Parts: sequence; structure tokens; C-alpha cells
Amino acid sequence: MKVTVCIGSSCHIKGSRQVVEQLQRLIADNGIGDKVELGGTFCMGKCQQGVCVTVDGAFHSVGPESVTEFFNSCILDGIKNESE
Amino acid sequence: MRKFDTKVQHLKYKVLREVARHSWNDTLLENVSEIPKMIVPGKTPTMRCCVYKERAILSERIKIAMGGNKDNPNVIEVIDIACDECPAAGYEVTDSCRGCLAHRCEDVCRRGAISFDHNHVAHIDKTKCVECGQCAKVCPYTAIVNRKRPCQNACKIKAISINEDNAASIDNDKCISCGACVYQCPFGAIMDKSFILNVIDLLKKSQQGGNYRLYALVAPSISSQFTYAKLGQVITGLKELGFHTVVEAALGADMVAQAESKELAEKGFLTSSCCPAFVSYVKSAFPDLAPYISHNLSPMATLAKYIKETTENAKIVFIGPCTAKKAEVQLESVKPYVDAALTFEELQALFDSRDIDITTLEEGVLDNASYFGRIFARCGGLSDAVAQGLKEQGITDFELKACSCDGIEECKAALLKKSKNVLNANFIEGMACIGGCIGGAGCLTHGEKNKAQVDEYGRQALEKTISDAVSVLK
Repeated sequence: MKVTVCIGSSCHIKGSRQVVEQLQRLIADNGIGDKVELGGTFCMGKCQQGVCVTVDGAFHSVGPESVTEFFNSCILDGIKNESE
Repeated sequence: MRKFDTKVQHLKYKVLREVARHSWNDTLLENVSEIPKMIVPGKTPTMRCCVYKERAILSERIKIAMGGNKDNPNVIEVIDIACDECPAAGYEVTDSCRGCLAHRCEDVCRRGAISFDHNHVAHIDKTKCVECGQCAKVCPYTAIVNRKRPCQNACKIKAISINEDNAASIDNDKCISCGACVYQCPFGAIMDKSFILNVIDLLKKSQQGGNYRLYALVAPSISSQFTYAKLGQVITGLKELGFHTVVEAALGADMVAQAESKELAEKGFLTSSCCPAFVSYVKSAFPDLAPYISHNLSPMATLAKYIKETTENAKIVFIGPCTAKKAEVQLESVKPYVDAALTFEELQALFDSRDIDITTLEEGVLDNASYFGRIFARCGGLSDAVAQGLKEQGITDFELKACSCDGIEECKAALLKKSKNVLNANFIEGMACIGGCIGGAGCLTHGEKNKAQVDEYGRQALEKTISDAVSVLK
């Protein structure tokens, strides 16, 4: 699974660093580092909806406060579905 | 609203703007010969002896704006017919000589080059004079002056000589493409080649990101430029031109600061590798010291490499104050990462070629780097960042002794000392331009406040430490 977080200026100001750091921690805590490829990119062109995150190309709008919820529903569940 | 320091820059800008305007409209080829007439209309000369010479020189400027002479590898070129063949007489006695009794000039001259006429006025015998300047120093009336050409005066590494036609000539083996002569020549006879047409081509073919995404990497010295507008408006202007987004090269500086401080602690001695003119100077003038140049790519190339490795279909244009960057992007080690380099002067021309008045635009945002990455733009910033990099990485068994060199003359002095093993420092920060990048030849303006503006811009960064700024890249 490829997760890409926007680290462009606009998303950076909205807290993309916190999003990246929380995702890194959640991925480590859940031991799924080998299944998730976390990466950054500069600007996805949807600055209004930042922090912009894509999961295998599908767009999500995430904030530093909603990272856990996003992680559970979009990453963890996605991986469970993949392995089933 | 004043955009440029000098009228020479303004003229260069007009040429770039018109070339760019026609290029956008695909009308350059049929109109290229009309541009000189458009810039110099009528019959009254305003710059030279006649409008025909003015237009002939403009034609040469247009060639350079379109990439210049392909057979000349240097990005800095002399326009022979624009060179006014300034007096290059060296030390001369002016009419301020009062014909005094003391004759200090005569006493101090070891070559016996000074004689006096029947009015007791001094004369210098050029066959004996070695241009040491002692006579000028001792004259109580400062009546002896050094008539050195401004280009030669600007070129502290002595790459400029006078050719048989009495025009300036650049020794490409010595030249480091810093652009000091470009900025200093009062006749605008030396110019940096422009790759503005390549940039327009890249912008057009990207089709607003449809074909590939074009990234603008801007140097942190931009904070002291475009002062008639807000920085955020410059960012919006870049996007209006067709760039996908704008990223701070200063984030590359954060990456470099982190890697370079580690490298320094491991190796024990380093010179910086950020300034392409400095790197080129070390390689040509002090080849024995070349192994000490940091193995890191410059901040521009480091960040461009990151973007290209993590993003499909990315192309990159660097925008900065520097003419030497135009040479750096042609290096085999950098070529794969950066597609073109533009100066702030050229960016202004690019905006106006599209009639984009940035003062009317909304403010965009630019925030990728830390305070330390941003202050790379001024002399001393790099050393501060390396010190911070050591601290943040907990490297305590290495004591940094930095030698920040402000301008190529100071670089030369430090390198000379190092080559003789008498330099009391373990890190040389080499900045070819006085003041650092803010003194670059491609800047729109060079002012006293520029350093303060860079520092202020640094303080505005969201991330205060290097580790925080680069943590998103892992």
C-alpha cells in the first residue's frame, strides 16, 4: 500500500509534519512497516482540502487531529482487506 | 516602484521581456530582427553614438537572451561591440597634481618611474611602472588614481584581460561564472546567457501539469527581492505562469546542513559545496584542495534530486540570484535533476512578458524550510546551520571552527592558508559573492537591508530546527 502525504507549503502550514510523524508512529506501533510505503510529495493541487493524503492513488483530506481515525479506516482496514 | 539597481539591468530586462513575449506567442523567429527597433525607436540615440550602433548591440543582447553562442561553453559572454574600451592605463596622474615640493611619489617609487615637467607636475613612465600603487597611496592630494577597467576590478580572480581589439576578454579556464563583471560593467558589455526560452518551452509543454509537473525551486534570497510586492504574490505569480508549485530550495539547504555536519565530523575538515562559483574556483585554482570539497550536492540539486526520485513526471526550474547556477545545472552530476536555471532578473521579465502584475495577485504561501535553511542566502548562514546540524544530531566530540568567507577574495585567502596548512579552521564556508547569495549578479536589487530581510524571512519559518524541517522527507 502506498501512502503519500503532501508536504507542499500549504499543507505544511496546515500540519503535514504532524500528520507524517503520527502516521510513522502508528505504522510502527501496528507493525505494518513492511506493508505500507509512506512517502511525501510537493502539492497535489488541492490545497483547499489539505492536508492532502493519497492511499494507492485515492484522495483523502486529513488533519493532524483526524490522523488516527484516518489510519484506522483507510490504512489498517485496507491492509486487513488486502490480506483476507 | 523601482525594480532594478541600474539602467544596464533595465535594458537587459527589456530585451529578455520582448524575447519572452514573442516566444510565448510563437512569433519570435519572424520578429527577432524587429526587437532592437522596438526598444530603440526613432533617430535620436540615448545610449551610444547613434541608434544604429545601439540596435547592433541590442541584436547581440538578443542572441545572448536566446541562449548565446553555443560554441562558447562559458555562461558569461562579452559583447565585443558593446565594450567601450575603457581606459586601461593603470595608475595615472590626474590634474589634481599640484606640483608640490615634497615629491613623496618620487621617493616611494622603487622603479624610478616618476618624473616631473617644468610645472613640477608628476608623470608616470609606463615602461618602468609595475602598477604597485605606492605613489597613489602617498600622494597628499590623492592625485594619482588607478584607471583599471570596472570589469577587471570586479574580477578578483583575474580572469579578464584586454584583447588585441582593446575589448575585454574572459579566460574560460579561470572564470567561475560568478557574474561580478556582468553586474559591474557600466556599459553592459558582459552578459550572462539566458535560458529563458528553455523555461518558456518547459512551461508550454507541461500544459498546466497535463504532460508533466513543473516545479519552481526558489532560492531563499528571494526574500530580499521583488520588494515592491509581497513574497506570497510572487509565489502566486509563478503558478500563474504555469508552474505546478513552488518549493523552497532552502529545504535542500536543511538537508545539506544535516548531511554536511555529519560529513564534517567524520572527515575533520571540509569546504562547503553550496556555491557553484566557489566550487569551480577551488577546482581550478586549488586542485590539491578539491578532495576536501563536501561531497554533498548543492541545496538546489539535493532537493531537485529528492523531488525527481519521489515524483513521477517532475521537471524542475531553479530560480535564484546566481549566474554560476546556470553553469552548475550543466554539470553531469546535476543535469539529471535540474532542467533549467533562471535569475530573478529573468523572472521579472517572464512575469512582464505575460503582463502579470504580481502586486494585484492574492498571496500564496511558501513554507518548506527551517530558519537555518533560509539563512543560507547570506554569508555566515551556512556555518550557523552546520553548527546547528552538529548540535541537533548530538555530535559533541567535534568542535566546529568555521571560516566564513565573504566574497571570492576572502575565499582565496582562506584557501591559500589551507594549502600552506596554516588555516585555523576546520570548515570553510565559501561564498563567491560579497554578502553571500544576496549579492548575486542575478539579483534585481542589491541593498543594505537585504541581509536583514533574509534573517526576518528565516524567523518566519514554521519549523525552527533543521530536523523538524527535514523530518517530513523520510
